[in-house]
Amino acid sequence: MLSIKNLHASIEGKEILKGINLEVKPGEVHAIMGPNGSGKSTLASVLAGREDYEVSSGEISFNGKDLLELEADERAKEGVFLAFQYPIEIPGVTTTNFMKTALNKIREHKGLEPLDAVSFLGMMKEKMKLVEIDQALLSRSLNEGFSGGEKKRNEIFQMAMLEPTLSILDETDSGLDIDALRIVANGVNKLKNDDNATIVVTHYQRLLDYIVPDFVHVLFNGKIVKTGGKELAHELEAKGYDWIKEEASIA
Amino acid sequence: MSKLIKEDIDKFFIGQFEAFENSLNGESKKPLHAKRKQAIDNFKALGFPHAKHEEYKYSNIAKIFGKLFNVENLSDDSFSLSLDEASKYFIPELDAIRLVFVNGVLDNKLSDMDTLPKGVHIQAIKTAADDYAEDFEKHFNTHEIEGADNFSELNTAFTNGGIFVKIDANAVVETPIACYYFNDAKNADVISQPRNLVIAEKNSQASLIESYVTLGENTSFTNAVTEIVVEDDSIFNYYKYQNESNQAIQVGATMVHQLGKSVFNGVTLSLNGAMLRNNLNIAIHKEHSETNMYGLYLLDGKTHVDNHTVVDHKVPNCESNEMYKGILDGQSRGIFNGKIFVRQDAQKTNAFQSNRNVVLSDDAEVDTKPQLEIWADDVQCSHGCTVGQLDTDQLFYLRARGIDKQTAKSMLLNAFASDVLSNIKIEAFRTLIENKINERL
Repeated sequence: MLSIKNLHASIEGKEILKGINLEVKPGEVHAIMGPNGSGKSTLASVLAGREDYEVSSGEISFNGKDLLELEADERAKEGVFLAFQYPIEIPGVTTTNFMKTALNKIREHKGLEPLDAVSFLGMMKEKMKLVEIDQALLSRSLNEGFSGGEKKRNEIFQMAMLEPTLSILDETDSGLDIDALRIVANGVNKLKNDDNATIVVTHYQRLLDYIVPDFVHVLFNGKIVKTGGKELAHELEAKGYDWIKEEASIA
Repeated sequence: MSKLIKEDIDKFFIGQFEAFENSLNGESKKPLHAKRKQAIDNFKALGFPHAKHEEYKYSNIAKIFGKLFNVENLSDDSFSLSLDEASKYFIPELDAIRLVFVNGVLDNKLSDMDTLPKGVHIQAIKTAADDYAEDFEKHFNTHEIEGADNFSELNTAFTNGGIFVKIDANAVVETPIACYYFNDAKNADVISQPRNLVIAEKNSQASLIESYVTLGENTSFTNAVTEIVVEDDSIFNYYKYQNESNQAIQVGATMVHQLGKSVFNGVTLSLNGAMLRNNLNIAIHKEHSETNMYGLYLLDGKTHVDNHTVVDHKVPNCESNEMYKGILDGQSRGIFNGKIFVRQDAQKTNAFQSNRNVVLSDDAEVDTKPQLEIWADDVQCSHGCTVGQLDTDQLFYLRARGIDKQTAKSMLLNAFASDVLSNIKIEAFRTLIENKINERL
């Protein structure tokens, strides 16, 4: 589904990603872990098509398409979804209106008719339950005045609405208490199926107790320096990242 | 045609006044004419405002008038506008008391004021000077107000074709009064100087819309004054809408005298024109009054819009709120100058002002200047202005959900404008403005 080859990316002339290789197949959950500043969020942003980053070399192919050729909205239409680490507040745009516009743009891309008001509301109700989000929240301006937990739940709600094939969760656990973390993880797990894939970007292992990864990759200094199964996350939790840094510098 | 300089323009208008005076015949002995003569004398002292006047520093009306206007090709007022043509510019689906002006003069045939709601009186300002002599003497050009200038004097001198509106005490008028000002610039350049007086008596409620249109490709110059007197316990809503031609020059003064404890809400919407200058001057004369001023200018091309507002807190315990927003594209220019006076007696005043701008192109320009002059010591006043571009994080967030760039921009700009538009309480009118914005964005 996703194939990243030798990806190099920089921002304002500073190289952050220095040769990333990653293969993701349908049905898989990949965790990307690493110390602060290792390039985790950059990778998530580059995948989603943020224009601040310049890709100097490498390839990203997604379901046979060259992702780097596509604008951010075209990637979303193809099924890429980024759950933001810091969801943006947009005063004056309600979540409901936003979701309706986004959903219909994606449907249009797939050659489907726009959803009528009744079906849309029905779908909203169903997906709201998934992340235990209150309807009143959705009629308010997007993320404006939302608590940290509400913002993160809203991200997963959007993911549920848009039904992406590849979801990238960028530090979705940061700032979440354990109850909110369970709700969010539960939502993600319910959305998982054999045809979609998830990349979980996180600093800590805790989220991975709830969203169990098939692969754990350790990102350090712009490269994936170690790949293993879910037990690697536990090892990192117990031992920290220093041994990775040492290993990487020896190599 | 050679370009006119200020002295030529002064001479031209003084000559126009003499011709106007000669056409008046028997009227020249009446009290109204004494006011006109006083005004033209006042005008003569300084003449047409130009760039050396501080208040017209950014909007050199004299220069653009001299450049665009051809005084040798002046409309002879023989224009007749059909209802069919005029109705294209009416606010769709609006149930209103409709007043149509052609070149600054009320046109009875195009207007719809046969059955006025109870408590509403409307008639030509000329005849009202006789029929409502007492009101006239009390309120016409009698209340001094900050922000009045030589354009207002010029307008007073030519008082002729405007209207007089009186809302009786205790009348709640749910049907808005919609004034459509048409300038005929099809064959010649045109000057119009409508002058209106509106009196909202005690405990009344009413809404007034003023909409300006120039037809044809020649130049129009509008110098409008609307005086609004608001008495005790009344609520008055005022809307100004400018979607003018590229050759339209306009100076419009709205002078609001909140003589009684009252609420005034004003919304100014500017979409197009060559140079549009709006003077909104408000004086608060009685305690516990409330004043709200909202504005949106959505500009592209070479449109130049200058909003000068003055709110004069003369008495204690009043509140004023002001929010103007601008979206500027192309080579457009937006100017905001917001003055707030808080006089020594006006303790416990709450006065808030904000001006926010989004600039979409490299060639558009915004000048914003808050001016607070506060003599009282126990007041709450704040002001803020911002000039920026569309937020790239917000744009990316929308795009990351599959919304294309154009739609995302439009959503963000609509959201930006929404807290001004939400103050348009007449639904049909708000819908029209929303549609115009969507067309533009």
